[in-house]
Amino acid sequence: MLILTCPCCGVTAEETEFHAGGEAHLKRFGPGSSEDEFHDYLFARENPKGVHFERWRHANGCGKWFLAARDTVTLEVYGTYPAQTHEPPQDIKDRISARHPGWTWREFA
Amino acid sequence: MKRYSAFAIAREALRNHTGWERAWASPEPRKKYQAIIIGAGGHGLATAYYLGKNHGIRDVAILEKGWLGGGNTGRNTTIIRSNYLQDPSAAIYEKARSLYETISQDLNYNVMFSPRGVMMLAQTQHEVRGYERTAHANALQGVTTEFISPARVKELVPIINLDGPRYPVLGALWQARAGTARHDAVAWGYARACSDMGMHVIQKCEVTGIRQEGGRVTGVDTTRGAIDCDKLGIVVAGHSGDVARMAGFRLPIESVPLQALVSEPIKPCMDVVVMANTVHGYMSQSDKGEMVIGGGTDGHNNYTQRGSFHHIEETVRALIETFPMVSRLKMLRQWGGIVDVTGDRSPILSKTPVENIYINCGWGTGGFKAIPGSGWGFAELMAKDHAPLCEAFGLERFREGRFIDESVAAGVAH
Amino acid sequence: MSTRLATGGRLIDRATTMEFTLNGKRLQGRAGDTLASALLANDQLMVGRSFKYHRPRGIVASGAEEPNALFNMGEGARFEPNQRATTTELFDGLTCRSQNHWPSLEFDVGAINSRLARFLPAGFYYKMFIHPRPFWKHVYEPFIRQSAGLGQAPKDRDADSYEHFHAFTDVLVIGGGVAGLQAARAAGAAGATVLLIEQTAHWGGRAPVDGGTVDGQPVDKFVDETLAALREMPNVTLRNRLMGAGVYDHGYVLGYERVNDHQPGAPGPRHRLWRIRAGQVITATGAIERPLSFAGNDIPGVMLASAIRDYAVDYGVSVGDRTVVVTNNDDAYRTAITLKTLGLEVPVILDARATGGGALADEARSLGIRVEAGKGIAKVRGGRRVTGVAICSQAGEGAVLEEIACDAVAMSGGWSPVVHLWSHCGGKLLWDEAHAMFRPDVDKAPTGANGEAFVIAAGAANGALHLRDTLADAQAAGHAAAARLGHEVKESAPPLGEAAPEVRLQPIWMMPQGAKTVLRMKSWLDFQNDVKVSDVQLAAREGFESVEHAKRYTTLGMATDQGKLSNINGLAILSDALNQPIPQTGTTTFRPPYTPISMAAIAGEARGETFQPIRKTVLHEWHEANGAYFEPVGAWRRPYTFRKGDETIEEAVAREITRTRESLGLLDASTLGKIIVKGPDAGRFLDMLYTNMMSTLKPGRCRYGLMCSENGFLIDDGVVARLDDETFLCHTTTGGAESIHGHMEDWLQCEWWDWQVYTANVTEQYAQIAVVGPKARALLQKLTGDDISAEALSFMGWKDITLDGVPVRAYRISFSGELSYEIAIPASYGRAIWDKLLSEGAAFNATPYGTEALHVMRAEKGLIMIGDETDGTVIPQDLNMEWAISKKKEDYLGKRAQARSHMADPERWKLVGLETLDGAVLPDGAYAVAQGRNANGQRKVQGRVTSSYHSPTLGRGIAMGLVHKGPERMGEVLEFPRVDGTVMKAKIVDQVFYDKDGEKQNV
Repeated sequence: MLILTCPCCGVTAEETEFHAGGEAHLKRFGPGSSEDEFHDYLFARENPKGVHFERWRHANGCGKWFLAARDTVTLEVYGTYPAQTHEPPQDIKDRISARHPGWTWREFA
Repeated sequence: MKRYSAFAIAREALRNHTGWERAWASPEPRKKYQAIIIGAGGHGLATAYYLGKNHGIRDVAILEKGWLGGGNTGRNTTIIRSNYLQDPSAAIYEKARSLYETISQDLNYNVMFSPRGVMMLAQTQHEVRGYERTAHANALQGVTTEFISPARVKELVPIINLDGPRYPVLGALWQARAGTARHDAVAWGYARACSDMGMHVIQKCEVTGIRQEGGRVTGVDTTRGAIDCDKLGIVVAGHSGDVARMAGFRLPIESVPLQALVSEPIKPCMDVVVMANTVHGYMSQSDKGEMVIGGGTDGHNNYTQRGSFHHIEETVRALIETFPMVSRLKMLRQWGGIVDVTGDRSPILSKTPVENIYINCGWGTGGFKAIPGSGWGFAELMAKDHAPLCEAFGLERFREGRFIDESVAAGVAH
Repeated sequence: MSTRLATGGRLIDRATTMEFTLNGKRLQGRAGDTLASALLANDQLMVGRSFKYHRPRGIVASGAEEPNALFNMGEGARFEPNQRATTTELFDGLTCRSQNHWPSLEFDVGAINSRLARFLPAGFYYKMFIHPRPFWKHVYEPFIRQSAGLGQAPKDRDADSYEHFHAFTDVLVIGGGVAGLQAARAAGAAGATVLLIEQTAHWGGRAPVDGGTVDGQPVDKFVDETLAALREMPNVTLRNRLMGAGVYDHGYVLGYERVNDHQPGAPGPRHRLWRIRAGQVITATGAIERPLSFAGNDIPGVMLASAIRDYAVDYGVSVGDRTVVVTNNDDAYRTAITLKTLGLEVPVILDARATGGGALADEARSLGIRVEAGKGIAKVRGGRRVTGVAICSQAGEGAVLEEIACDAVAMSGGWSPVVHLWSHCGGKLLWDEAHAMFRPDVDKAPTGANGEAFVIAAGAANGALHLRDTLADAQAAGHAAAARLGHEVKESAPPLGEAAPEVRLQPIWMMPQGAKTVLRMKSWLDFQNDVKVSDVQLAAREGFESVEHAKRYTTLGMATDQGKLSNINGLAILSDALNQPIPQTGTTTFRPPYTPISMAAIAGEARGETFQPIRKTVLHEWHEANGAYFEPVGAWRRPYTFRKGDETIEEAVAREITRTRESLGLLDASTLGKIIVKGPDAGRFLDMLYTNMMSTLKPGRCRYGLMCSENGFLIDDGVVARLDDETFLCHTTTGGAESIHGHMEDWLQCEWWDWQVYTANVTEQYAQIAVVGPKARALLQKLTGDDISAEALSFMGWKDITLDGVPVRAYRISFSGELSYEIAIPASYGRAIWDKLLSEGAAFNATPYGTEALHVMRAEKGLIMIGDETDGTVIPQDLNMEWAISKKKEDYLGKRAQARSHMADPERWKLVGLETLDGAVLPDGAYAVAQGRNANGQRKVQGRVTSSYHSPTLGRGIAMGLVHKGPERMGEVLEFPRVDGTVMKAKIVDQVFYDKDGEKQNV
């Protein structure tokens, strides 16, 4: 049972207030994109054992989507941040790097 | 291999069971095998077994990171059914179910397949229509099912509450020859048979890398050294993404926890398996007397084999509404497994971007019931590069938009 | 025999007698008894039968680890099986029945299994019952099921209530023994809020029984004083009868409070499930004594040494007159000393250690007790109760040196810290060689949301078994927990616990050390599941080398006690058989709950009506009062039809359709989703969301739109009305309101976050009533002065009007093919307008209709229904709805997906009408067969029925279906087999069955 903090309304709450929405930072590919691009956008997932960037919605709260950096093995939450961004903020990256020396953003990509 | 029988038991009893041999050998890995299967769960072992039995390929090693049958094979709720809607699903699950019918005799190992019947409750008009459609499809697929009335439901399951305040029972899809089996025994029986064919079941041997040359697999690196192979099958539910990454490709898969629980054992009170998909709960009674209960998956990626407790609450609540007597039972144990869920929630049995690497994964919440069929089909795919049972389950379907969607017939796919 | 002593019993009130029954026999206990102590006071040594061999079983323990003393308890709606006597507080009127026997506890037919035990070793069922095949299901399995299972199944609906409770605390201390008390005090003194919970009704744990002093005072005095101090602390909360059931991620702990189990029927809930969020969790859960493995250790009267001590000290109950103590450690001497002090006989203490014991042994000798070092039990004599023991050398193979008569055996194999709660959430263990026990590895504690440790084990649960160490460790734990949470801790000396020094125990996993097979086959590890030393050895021999394999093969530790007594002994035997050190074998996984908790508590209050509250429209009450036959639709209940008098459901539906088509029908359409989409970019946004072009819609007009997922599939449909330049109102399906609103927000917030669009789900702000039929306009005109003529409000237009004085919006849209208005009414006026429409509509025979009539009428018109014609695999092109897909737009959700090869395939199944040759109704969901079979032997198919109804309007069956290249095959006849194998034939026709030219709605 996770605890997450919604970066939009600032509330720290039980997992039951939130709705998980899968991997974050996916780039949308629309008409004109290649088969590979579109397939990877819709289906290919990092699904890492470790640091995962993911989407959550504060469904039973302020209703806002936000992003979280979370470890899928330890369930540590490195931080949450607004959804309106293309990559995690530096302080969250730093926190991850501190826990996983040598880690770099998009190491799986 | 010494055969198991009542006679063998009696013979051994007289010498205090000192004469039993190992169920499977514990060999040192060789330098090379014709085929390597990564993952000694039910699916991996069944694949090896049918490689040997159906295709004469016996130079096989099955590599297991932990202990055989220790993943989802040993963590599921043991339901076996084949009343699926879509043709490819019905084909592979019915193949599995029909193999389960005789598997104890085939393997000379009692896996306790018990065709006690599985019932899927229809609790909305939408579900009624969905299951009526499934019954029609099944009739043409050679899967024997029927849509039964609430009265018949009550007759088969006296402890059920037909008139719940929220969702009445409007009928059910009933598969009389579906049922349960002893999950561990399936893995053990296959392992024993594989070992008997001269295959190597190698436990505590973790694959750490996959070697390839010119886009073709050449072998694996393991915690017990490098091992060469001509063909490689990846059958590692819960870790598919990780192993695929070693081979250099990504999968349309997310790994999430699925939880289950058992009650304390009680005397027999429910002979059939009941699934209530509208409220997300299913229940059967094991031969030990425990009520075996499962529900839906957690929503977020998680490799801990633990889930969030509110899912247990929801499942138990649903079952108390369906079976009021559950209220005065106690939860003995809860646990979780990691299930690989694909983009269309149907499995992948496929060739891969790397030549001679094959992958069998993505069974989601429903892998146990498929084990013999999956092994049968996947062995054929590995042996011949083509298998009718696997045809529709290729990775390319996600590119083509040719999905196999079972959620169509309402509810969750377990 | 076991009996109540004349004196003693610190937990009982001798003055208060309580009556209870066992198997109908009336017995008496005292207030403060557990059911177990009361049974023992009545010489009820034998309490049940084991799972597999149906062997006689007696009470072994005094707490949560008890494997045997399980009862069917209570009657009727308060009946519950498998209630543990050792943790059941006695109450007046308690009724219980023993389990797993037939016909009676004393004479059990199943006990034949015990005679056959030789033929039923571990895993025998995997090797037997293989032939003949049908016998497993019909003969063998029913027998096995019947003989397993322990307690009876409850039958009635539960009469009690249950609840959930949320609690938040800095520090949660689990366990109210001396360690828990001291840890709570230390954390509390540092300023942390503390919740201290204890599973029993008593504080202090077992320390008061074990004796010793704290700061020079007796332990119970320390307990009283600490309790008093804690009660004075405003930041400390104490709750007993509240067990820590499970530790979960991020500091979530499940507490199980047995509020009223000791006073059934008292006001309030029976159980309360606590959902606790703690910053730090201290597990002060104590330790559990291990049995010793010797032949006959399962005979009633053989008990844990600590349990015999507990019954004597706590309840004034002696288990036997002559008790032989057998041990590998010093602690068990306390039992001998206690018994001797109470005037009971202890013929001998058998200390398996060649070097014998320390100070406590000296004390025992000084009391005149015979102590034999290096000796053990070869075999316990007796059947349903102990009659004696045969003594042997521990070092030998079991040659009997001496027979000693006794009626009880107190055994102790050392202590295992209760590490369950530490382990639930990933805490690791290490093997403590000196004490032969697994204890928490403090460097590998469970970690929480911030990645830091959040569980601290304290006292005996941390391996600090001696009173001095226990208290010091507990104080340190309390301080550490507070410090981790940022509280300032003033270091102080812990209370000084003093107790007799103990010399090192010697691990004894088998007694005697060289026990022969016949003895090992009688040496129990798991008393409830009947797993013996020989079974684990057999498992090892057969290759079940992993501890999980051995467990699953033998069922060791899988009983209702989850191996609290058996696990360590079992894995030690396994390690020995595999010739490897114990830590290499490891433990099985500890899973919640610590002891079984009621399903009812897990469910909480949300049962019956509150299980999933029904969502109701403002007209729901009217529906209920007027014969509605409801169907669940999402969270709603919608009237399927309104039955009048003796009508069947079919007759009612037919009447509703006929009346509507002839004159006037009224439908409660309030459940339809209504979402406002507003802003400068609203049109652009809807162009992405719908396949249609919505930005060109004129204010005052409506457009039917289709919505696809990014994966190309049709997910929802509905009418969009443009309210003004920047505002649209999107109707969704009933089930889609929330999900489509979420879908919109997802894209707005996460992809097009720079677009200026605002959405609001106003579904419940409006009641929506469809006024349908040739007389629709006439009825509305009676109630409004506004112009709603065909010219002023044309088809697919909308207009704000005043209806009976209420401002409403009228959409002229139709899902039935009739002249039709959907009236959106402020919800609070909904009922008034409904009533008015009914009363004024009486002149037109206004008829409320339900969802089935709705479905039939739309099918007569060939209109699709999401969920019928679509099932998540259908794209708009399959439904010949290219007209609703804008060719001008570069992009919309699903467009790229629909370009993939399978979706653009001309071979797809497409929507057509289907008409049976004889007018009968096609079965819903039937498939049209094609020639031959596929590679998997399945019959090939070429289409399927998506909707099928009897049309009262046309007097015959009508259907729609998806058929391979259907629209190109008009007039072809397809075969649809029924489930029973008979075949129906239907012709491919146009999907519009009624009023093809739309004359009825364009008036």
